[in-house]
Amino acid sequence: MNREQVLDLYFLDARHKLIELAAFLDRVEHAPGPADFRLVAFQKALDALRRGVGDRAREVLMAFSDPTTEPVPAAPGKGACGAWPGAGAVAG
Amino acid sequence: MVSRVTDDYQDMVTAGCMAVCEPAFWAGYDRSSVAGFHDYFCQLTDYEPRRAAKFGLPHYCWLCLNPKESEDVVFAQEVLAILPGFLGRPNVLGIGEIGLNKNSRNELKVLEQHVDLAARHQQLILVHTPHLEDKHKGTRLTLDVLRADSRIRPERVIIDHVEEHTVQMVLDAGFWAGMTLYPETKCTPARAIDILDRYGPERLWLNSACDWGVSVPLIVPRTGLEMRRRGHRPEAVDRVLYQNPVEFLSQCPKFKLS
Repeated sequence: MNREQVLDLYFLDARHKLIELAAFLDRVEHAPGPADFRLVAFQKALDALRRGVGDRAREVLMAFSDPTTEPVPAAPGKGACGAWPGAGAVAG
Repeated sequence: MVSRVTDDYQDMVTAGCMAVCEPAFWAGYDRSSVAGFHDYFCQLTDYEPRRAAKFGLPHYCWLCLNPKESEDVVFAQEVLAILPGFLGRPNVLGIGEIGLNKNSRNELKVLEQHVDLAARHQQLILVHTPHLEDKHKGTRLTLDVLRADSRIRPERVIIDHVEEHTVQMVLDAGFWAGMTLYPETKCTPARAIDILDRYGPERLWLNSACDWGVSVPLIVPRTGLEMRRRGHRPEAVDRVLYQNPVEFLSQCPKFKLS
């Protein structure tokens, strides 16, 4: 597919997701109380999105990823929250 | 598929699916006894094949203790002790989906024990990689375990749930890479096709998430449809959706398609 064909197929969907993203950020901003590490990771991922060239999906995924290399002493639970809380922290 | 209704089998046959391969996975809660796993393995090797057969759909499965239940090493060893008794059943393809969930030391120990079991019984291996923030690290740790065991042949192992940040390391190590497709939150059909476009079809395959969460059993055929919309030729779609899984799974002599 050429670029125009890619746009034909995916532009409206991507536009929809971008607006959802903007609305999410507004929603978070207008909500009372403090944010947490997830919003920090989100901003980091947005920076990666703006910076990336041709490898944006990978860069965004890495922005949310645990960068450490050693296994953790014990599983803190079963679920993943989508963002690494930082060394020594446990995702709630 | 223990987490799905019978209509899903009917829909899969209608959509042209030739077989279903169900990995052992978490029940949504921790099983409280070895007997619970025994019953689950019986369900995967007895009841589910019969349920699928009503619609002419061959049912295969993978057996293991899922990484989400690997934190209790003693309990895991007790479950692993009953596994060999099921490996000879006619629809068992191998050991899976083993792997890591939160990348803990105990999960790694249990992963090593599963790998040892597979090697001793000459079984194919299906690996689950962790989700979201744990995936990249977990994939690296898993590759370390597999590469450390000289009995493991990479072409007999598929590492599932790869995404853009993990697919390269899996393929570079000589393993098969699976992309489990979800309608939301994880790898979507569009992204999977992007990965195929970038890395080519060699040792890559697609599979549908059919679990307790939001998932679509027909997402593989739908991805085939999206490949066609993106200009992939029918032979290319067939290679990824059908030929590649058949090539890998045929390494298990029990895997036959009529």
